[in-house]
Amino acid sequence: MNRIRTLYRMIAIGWLALSIPSLTFGEPFFPQREDQVLERLTVKATDPVAREIRTLRASLLREPQNMDVAVALATKLIEQSRSEGDPRFLGQAQAVLGPWLNHATPPSSTLLLRAMIRQHAHEFDLALADLNAVLSLQPANAQAWLTRASIYQVQGRYDEARRACQPLLRLAGRHVALTCSGDIAGLSGQATASREMLTASLERPGISTRERLWILTILAEMAARTGDSKSAEKHFLDARSLGVKDHYLIGAYADFLLDQGRSQEVVTLLQHETRADGLLLRLTLAEQALHLPASAAHTAELSARFAASKERGTRVHVREEARFALALLHDSQAALSLAQTNWAIQKEPWDARLLLESALAVGSLNAAKPAIDWLRTNHVEDIRLQQLVAQFPEEQS
Amino acid sequence: MRLILALSMLLLSTPAWAHKPSDSLLSLTVQDDRIESRWDIALRDLDDAIGLDANGDGAITWKEVQSAQDEITTYALSRLTITSNETRCPSQGPRQLIDNHTDGAYAVLLFTMTCPTTIDRIQADYRLLFDLDAQHKGLLRLTHEGDTTTAIFSQESPTQQFTISQTSTWNQVQQYVHEGIWHIWQGYDHVLFLLALLLPAVLRRVADRWEPTPNFLSAFWEVLAVVTAFTIAHSITLGLATLGLIALPSRLVESAIAASVVFAGISNLYPTLAQRRRVIAFFFGLIHGFGFASVLSDLGLPRGSLALSLVSFNLGVEVGQLAIVAMFLPFAYNLRKSWTYQRLVLVSGSLGIAVLASVWLIERTLDLKLIPL
Repeated sequence: MNRIRTLYRMIAIGWLALSIPSLTFGEPFFPQREDQVLERLTVKATDPVAREIRTLRASLLREPQNMDVAVALATKLIEQSRSEGDPRFLGQAQAVLGPWLNHATPPSSTLLLRAMIRQHAHEFDLALADLNAVLSLQPANAQAWLTRASIYQVQGRYDEARRACQPLLRLAGRHVALTCSGDIAGLSGQATASREMLTASLERPGISTRERLWILTILAEMAARTGDSKSAEKHFLDARSLGVKDHYLIGAYADFLLDQGRSQEVVTLLQHETRADGLLLRLTLAEQALHLPASAAHTAELSARFAASKERGTRVHVREEARFALALLHDSQAALSLAQTNWAIQKEPWDARLLLESALAVGSLNAAKPAIDWLRTNHVEDIRLQQLVAQFPEEQS
Repeated sequence: MRLILALSMLLLSTPAWAHKPSDSLLSLTVQDDRIESRWDIALRDLDDAIGLDANGDGAITWKEVQSAQDEITTYALSRLTITSNETRCPSQGPRQLIDNHTDGAYAVLLFTMTCPTTIDRIQADYRLLFDLDAQHKGLLRLTHEGDTTTAIFSQESPTQQFTISQTSTWNQVQQYVHEGIWHIWQGYDHVLFLLALLLPAVLRRVADRWEPTPNFLSAFWEVLAVVTAFTIAHSITLGLATLGLIALPSRLVESAIAASVVFAGISNLYPTLAQRRRVIAFFFGLIHGFGFASVLSDLGLPRGSLALSLVSFNLGVEVGQLAIVAMFLPFAYNLRKSWTYQRLVLVSGSLGIAVLASVWLIERTLDLKLIPL
């Protein structure tokens, strides 16, 4: 019965996928009613954020030479891109900084922001080059050290990441330095100690909401990796109750729920979050698990979006695309090649997981080798990854 | 102090999953000195650039887009410059529609650019949104006589050059011959009309009875005469209609073509009529010519070489027609002595053709869809 259903789904998905031509030009239409809503903006003009951005834009228009205003506006826009998960704001931030970035030696405050924009675009080496330039001029720039640590961490360069966290002890709050190194330690063999330390730093007086969100997210993911789902759940809920919209947190919580088999909750959590590709992907996975009819249409929608980003010539979301190919298109060969491309760019637990899962689906121990080596070398504590490795016949001994 | 502030805002530097970054899609179709253009620009981008959400409620309505139509057009067209042979090609007649893409609704601008001379090289200079969004890209699709080139405009590469290779005369002839063959093969009505007229060609009337023709040559001449009459007739009207000397409404033409097939089918049941098939072929061929002309005008005729494409298309029609005859004649000639041919093929075949064509006739006169042919 299930097999027949899967077959129908595959046919439906295939048909929908084929019916999307490349460089899509649909049939344009003349809307029937004047009051027909064509598009909803993520931010209303009356929202405080929008007002703030507008005020900054207006003052920049009055004083186009004022770098402080430009930096403040770009910072706001980058922050906005984080909470909305919308890369348009990153491009806008870059445009705001354009006049200074075009100098032969751009001022370091603009370079720092460009590093963050490049980090979001997964241009890690370019971002690191910007950070090097910033730190050679301003060795006491805490944000530059922190961003450098986080890029090294994503790249799986844990020793360098740890070294980048150290100056933060002097330059920023103690809890910032501890969280920075605690996150890395939690990945590389010291999860228990890190969790205790991070839990303790939550009690420190004077930490901001953003910082609390940051620490709770790290704690939640760490707990989930070590198999302590009860604590993970609690940390996720605490983080969500802070009331700050954060796409990363929503995605991480959805992943946790999916691993727990709580697909219905994922649908409830994400049913209105269809705009960001990463969240739509998780929603579709939940719909697939529940055999909901919406999953076929959402799969086709994701296909179209990945195709559209290919037309653009940029491929930022290779991890998401690999997961899409593996779990929704059931094309393990394509998933493996995407997971390998992705692994060359970034090495976080999810990247390893996709490499292992697709290598398993294809039945190639060789393809899984880089992830297995990474796990061993760094003593990564992650129950799911260890379970995956154990499934390779040669690894069972 | 600002550093601390920035720090508290951006500490969590985990990656965000995105929607698609900002793109616009520009499609240019080049023909002679004209460029038919379609430009899809996201409403969200236009809102950032010129402000569409007039009442600030976060929802962009059609009314808001329509009232900003002039601003949208001015904004967009001032950021796209197409030059051909160093001269700018001005645009006219922008129409504005809407289309839904994977990441939301887009305004669709439809306009025509006219260059001073036939285009053989164009330079496109694209500056949309780069001042607002450094990661914006323009995805270009350039089409010329079925060949498509794609390119991407970005802040780093806002200008692109393209050479429009004028297809050689020989290519053009080939293309139109091909279209002609294709059309007669796809146009079941023309095929059936011809077949109905050819069915009795391998027979002759002797003492009120159908008899097989004595030899292949006489059947061949008969077929040739019918086909020639049909060809001459439809070439006349195809030419007249294509040159714009006569114009008939297409529904009337299509209905008349269906009627001609009905008539050709029925005429085979009346031997006196069947013997006048050259006249029938000529008379109704005039109507079929109008049908061919509408196909040819749909293909879009190059202004410079109207006569050449007309002749090539007609040639294609004749080639397609001859192929049908070449398949039919040996088959019918071999079967002509059998009872099956004289009774079953001639009578039932003609009746079947007439019935099918009657359905077309009803469909076309009443503008209905009854059968999928």
